[in-house]
Order: sequence, then structure tokens, then C-alpha cells
Amino acid sequence: MRVFLQVWRQKNGQSKGRFERYEASDISPDMSLLEMLDVVNEGLVQKNEAPIAFDHDCREGICGMCGLVINGVPHGSEGGATTCQLHMRKFRDGDEIWIEPFRAKAFPVLRDCVVDRTALDRIIQAGGFISVRTGAAPDANQILVPKEDADLAMDAAACIGCGACVAACPNASAMLFTAAKLSHLGLLPQGQPERYSRALAMVKQMDAEGFGACTNHEECEAVCPKEVSIDFIARMNRDFAKAAATFRPPKARGGGD
Amino acid sequence: MATAVSFTASSIGKKYVMAVSGIALFGFTMAHMAGNLQVFLGRERFNGYAATLHAMPAVLWAFRGVMILAVVAHIVTSVQLALRNRAARPQGYAKKQSLATTYAARTMVVSGPILFFYIVYHLLHFTFNTLHPNYEVTDLYSNVVASFRQVPISVSYIVANACFGFHVFHGAYSLFQSLGVNHPRYNGALRSLAMAIAVLVTTGFIAVPVGVLAGLTK
Repeated sequence: MRVFLQVWRQKNGQSKGRFERYEASDISPDMSLLEMLDVVNEGLVQKNEAPIAFDHDCREGICGMCGLVINGVPHGSEGGATTCQLHMRKFRDGDEIWIEPFRAKAFPVLRDCVVDRTALDRIIQAGGFISVRTGAAPDANQILVPKEDADLAMDAAACIGCGACVAACPNASAMLFTAAKLSHLGLLPQGQPERYSRALAMVKQMDAEGFGACTNHEECEAVCPKEVSIDFIARMNRDFAKAAATFRPPKARGGGD
Repeated sequence: MATAVSFTASSIGKKYVMAVSGIALFGFTMAHMAGNLQVFLGRERFNGYAATLHAMPAVLWAFRGVMILAVVAHIVTSVQLALRNRAARPQGYAKKQSLATTYAARTMVVSGPILFFYIVYHLLHFTFNTLHPNYEVTDLYSNVVASFRQVPISVSYIVANACFGFHVFHGAYSLFQSLGVNHPRYNGALRSLAMAIAVLVTTGFIAVPVGVLAGLTK
């Protein structure tokens, strides 16, 4: 099959970008969109032109590295899947496909469709550590976790940190990401000791990175490759409000120094 | 106090301010609507209701004070949030497809300012009477009926209330999310509740000019 591409090309963070039109011919419908771009890039390299830069790693839909906005939808219209899991059979012969990077102030473009998503890493870093018992391996099931809590924590932990929620949000908000990261620890007994300080620290970092605020459009949930629910945002709001209302600086009367 | 400040400075804290001030403003509109609908009970009843309110200046001004506070908080915070959200995406998409959002959600930043300017006009019209040609302080009934018999006034009122309906729908649905009051068992019901509330207030307010134009008042 043959498709036409409108791809965002931008030399670096300082230069002004523009869309370039490319023709991709001899494309198998069984190729993924990224494999189609590989074919286009081979052609560009043969012509001594710079290949289209885009992020990718596992190409199995689990690492969270790939992320393109395809025809106006982060990760494309496959639903519940990453960009690498979008296949050319989803398009028709002769289609024009618009490919853009994730757009947010907190995700500056590095080159073409590659953006810097370390803002998300800094939010996770701000969450700090969880207190764990060291020493010999504890007995299995020594700490009891209700099945429902374990399931819900796992749903939140499914977040692969790709940033599609930010890209889809009309406000470029990272609240779904931050909420997922807060919830997967906050729902488990092991996450309790730092539950509220973590909520304060991660939300503070999220704000400092220049992400927008949620206005409940639910676009994030619709594009999330792991279908993380916006219910986690409500949980984050709850935890943050409680943390902000009950926060007091650490102070110990006993124990001495 | 350090944490209190950082709470209202945070994006989530601002959502709480929007939700709480929105609830206060919504509570007022429900009471206001109930008062308005007494226009259908006749001149004495309606003017009597207005006189009862004005006979309690302390209560009236305490109430107005809370409303002014809620209005200021709602507007200032919404402007801060809107600016922040706009700044978060300096460069938009060439193509953008929406998958989930609603018309009401997308137009909050439009319906909000429309409501603000309409409320200013509305206060000048009925409360401070600077725009009313034959204002009778003691006969609110005549003021209302005479005004709504003029089609442009009725139409602008109906349009503003339609805006209000959309604003309330998204607001009522979203405030539970902002406050963190949600549960899978009730989330669907909350959306229906928000829709029911929006339809109720809009029809309640629009009933007055429609009733006046239909000749249900004297």
C-alpha cells in the first residue's frame, strides 16, 4: 500500500519546525506505523537526507518510549495501545497521515517528533522512597492486601509513563500520570508510611514543571494505552487535600538527639 | 499558614476553590430560582416575598457578602487556572481530534465570561435599577412583568440561562471529581444528576420570561 505523510520536522529545540510531506510506497499492511517510518527513513538516508527522529524502544507496547500524535490522537486511533502497536492495516491506501510530536511546554521538542519527557521522571523522583523492611526475605502474604486493593493498585501501576495523557489533555495536564503513580503506592500497605508526604511532593513537582490543571475533559483516559482511569485523579485530589490540611513539620518531643 | 497558602497556590487547591465556590453560587441560584417562580403565584405573593427579604437587611447583606466572596474566588481562580492551562501548551496541534470531551466542557471559558457580563447587566437592571425605565421599588412584580414583555430582554435572558445550563452541567459533574468525591458505583449517577440539575435550573429560570410572554402573568 501507499500512504502520504505530513511529518513534523524540527532540527532542534531552538529552531522553528514545519511539516514535510513524504510518500511511503511499498508498505505492507502488516507493518506497524513505526516500521513504516523505518522504511521512509531508509529512503531518506539513501538520499543523504536526515531521517525522521522519533522515540521507540521495545516495540511491544510495554516500555512507554514511543509516542506520536497520529491524525490528532496520541498513539493513534487503535485505542488501549501504544504507537508501536498501531498497524498500517488501520489505514487505507492513499491516506494522508499527520504525524506530530506530543505538545506541551513541559515536553520541549528535542528533534522532529522526539520530545524531552524527563519532567515525568522528576515527578517520580519527587515522590522519594518508600520505607521497606530490609534483611531476610519476609514470608509470603505476611502483609495482607485485600484483593480489590491489589487489583486497583495494579491498574494504576499499569501506567508506563508515556505521556500520552499530557499530549491529549487540552490543558497539557499531567494529573492522570501523577495520580496513577501516587495511587499504585497509596493503595498498598507498603506505601502507607509516606503516602501523604508523597502526595504533597509529587503534586508540587507537577505544578513546578508547568503542566496545566485538569478540567475533566477525560481525553487522557481515552488515549491512555493502559486505560488508566480518571478515578485515580479524584483519589489524588483527596490525598493531596488531606495532606495539605493535616501537614505539620516533623517534630519529636521524645527520643532526644 | 505556610501549607494553607501552598494549598490554594497548587493546581489541585485551585480546583477545590472552584468546586466549593461553585457549590455556593449554585446554592444561591437554586434559592433565586425558587423565589422567581413565585411570580406565577401573583403580584401580592411575589412582592411580599421581596419585602420579606428586604425586611432582614442583616441576613440579606451577610448572604450577599458570602456571594461576593464566592464570585471573586470563582472568577480570580478560574482566570489563574485558564492562564496556567494556556501556558502549558504554547504550541498547539495541526490536527487535533477530541475523543471524550463534551461541548459543555470545551466552552467553560466562554460560558463563564458570558455569565459574568450577563449578571452585571442583570444586577444593573433589576437590583440597582439603573437600566429600568419605570422602576418601582415596592412593586417588583410590575418591574419583572414589564421587562419580560419586551422580547429582546426575554431573549437575552433565555440565551444567558442556556449558557448557565451548560456551565452548571460541566461544573456539577466535575466538582465531585475535583473534590475527590467519587466511586465507581456512583460515577454514572453523578453524570445523570448533573444533567438533571442543569435541566432543572435552566427550565426554572426560563419559565419566567416564557410565562410572561405567554401571558400567564397579569
